[in-house]
Amino acid sequence: MIKVSDVSKSFDGVPVLKNISTQFERGSTNLIIGQSGSGKTVLLKCIVGMLECDQGSIHYEDLEITRMNFSQRRVLRQQIGMLFQGGALFDSMTVEENIIFPLNMFSTLSKEQKLERANFCLKRVDLGNVNHMYPSELSGGMKKRVAIARAIANKPNYLFCDEPNSGLDPRTAILIDNLIKEITKEFNITTIINTHDMNSVMEIGDKVVFIHKGELWWEGSNQDILHSGNEKLDYFVYSSELMNKLKK
Amino acid sequence: MDFFFHAGRYFQLMVQVLKRPENPSIYYRQIIVEMDYLGIQSLGIVSIISVFMGAVLTIQTAFNTEHPMLPIYAIGFATRQAIILEFAPTIVSLILAGKVGSRIASEIGTMRVTEQIDALEIMGINSAGYLILPKTIALVIINPVLIVISMFLGILGGYLVSAITHVMPVGHYIYGVLFDFSPFDIYYALIKTVVFAVIIATVSGYYGYYTRGGALEVGQASTKAVVMSSIFIILFNLILTQLLLA
Repeated sequence: MIKVSDVSKSFDGVPVLKNISTQFERGSTNLIIGQSGSGKTVLLKCIVGMLECDQGSIHYEDLEITRMNFSQRRVLRQQIGMLFQGGALFDSMTVEENIIFPLNMFSTLSKEQKLERANFCLKRVDLGNVNHMYPSELSGGMKKRVAIARAIANKPNYLFCDEPNSGLDPRTAILIDNLIKEITKEFNITTIINTHDMNSVMEIGDKVVFIHKGELWWEGSNQDILHSGNEKLDYFVYSSELMNKLKK
Repeated sequence: MDFFFHAGRYFQLMVQVLKRPENPSIYYRQIIVEMDYLGIQSLGIVSIISVFMGAVLTIQTAFNTEHPMLPIYAIGFATRQAIILEFAPTIVSLILAGKVGSRIASEIGTMRVTEQIDALEIMGINSAGYLILPKTIALVIINPVLIVISMFLGILGGYLVSAITHVMPVGHYIYGVLFDFSPFDIYYALIKTVVFAVIIATVSGYYGYYTRGGALEVGQASTKAVVMSSIFIILFNLILTQLLLA
């Protein structure tokens, strides 16, 4: 469980997050949604400790990351997996080396066990025969899958995804969404996904947090989102022609 | 003010770089890889430049010291001194600042703009240490080797030009090269080389690590890294020459 309490953040005096408070449960896929520039990426970066909050606190179970020093954060981060927008795979390493990398750094597994774990993770994301390929040889969807495999390699307790569907075709996007949801349930991890893709919201949003101009305007499940009665949220949800038709 | 900002941030980065590695064996492996990438792969350019510079130095010295009071072997002596004291450690380091420095800055800069450094941080890895320390150690080990090879090839270039063009008798050249040799000159050159290696790796690493933006900024960081490394090499060359030879 991750608890965000009264978090605010500003850049050069311009407020980007204003008193955000919410909670993300273990074993559920939590989505932070909002328009571009609404502050969702800043919130995600504050949660993982890549940005310092101006005020408020963030707890990982009983541990308060906002009070941790650099070394303590590094220890906590060994329990975190993150899927970046572009995948952020290491170009100089093969797929297998990318997945084994966090294991090499922190685990005491033997070489064979690490290989076994890498193969398990690749199999889990439905990728085969790519072990010795370099990221530049993979498609966008494959890169995302490898990034997920790397994120779960060290058996994290927390998984963060920044725009996991950006640049993917709708079918691959749904596959990636479902994969993240399955992994979340299977390994009972706390997953937070940053997205503006309504398909993802409807597909996997156990909990949805809507941010608008740095403020939390609404939170609930994907079942409730279509009938929220929240003006700002409705404007965001029904901004496409297709959603408008569905509403009618 | 800008200078103090960069100086402060550079030293903060160095503190991060020198923190205890998470897994030293990974760093050792990385040092070997970097010695190949940054050092062995520079051997070609260093060799070509050294041979030709040695040859040109010999010809230039020969044409500019035609005086009955000067012995002919002085040409070999002057060539050796110029190569060992300045050409090999300083000029080759400047060339390496261009080749290796731009490579380090663009590699780390690209990792920054493609979020690979963020990925390292999220994994709990000290990204500054992992990316900059192995490169620095690798250059500190391999650059002196390159410089010694450069010295040898530079002197060989002078020998070859003497033999081929008869700008001076080969026997006199060899005599001049061996004349009044002081091993301290080699130590002096190697001390400079080690300092220059640290400058190349850390200054280029600094500019790469703090790259923000996209491809354009990576190019700018790479250029800045080469320019600043070269300036610091020239500056430290003066300081070290004064300290070690005065």
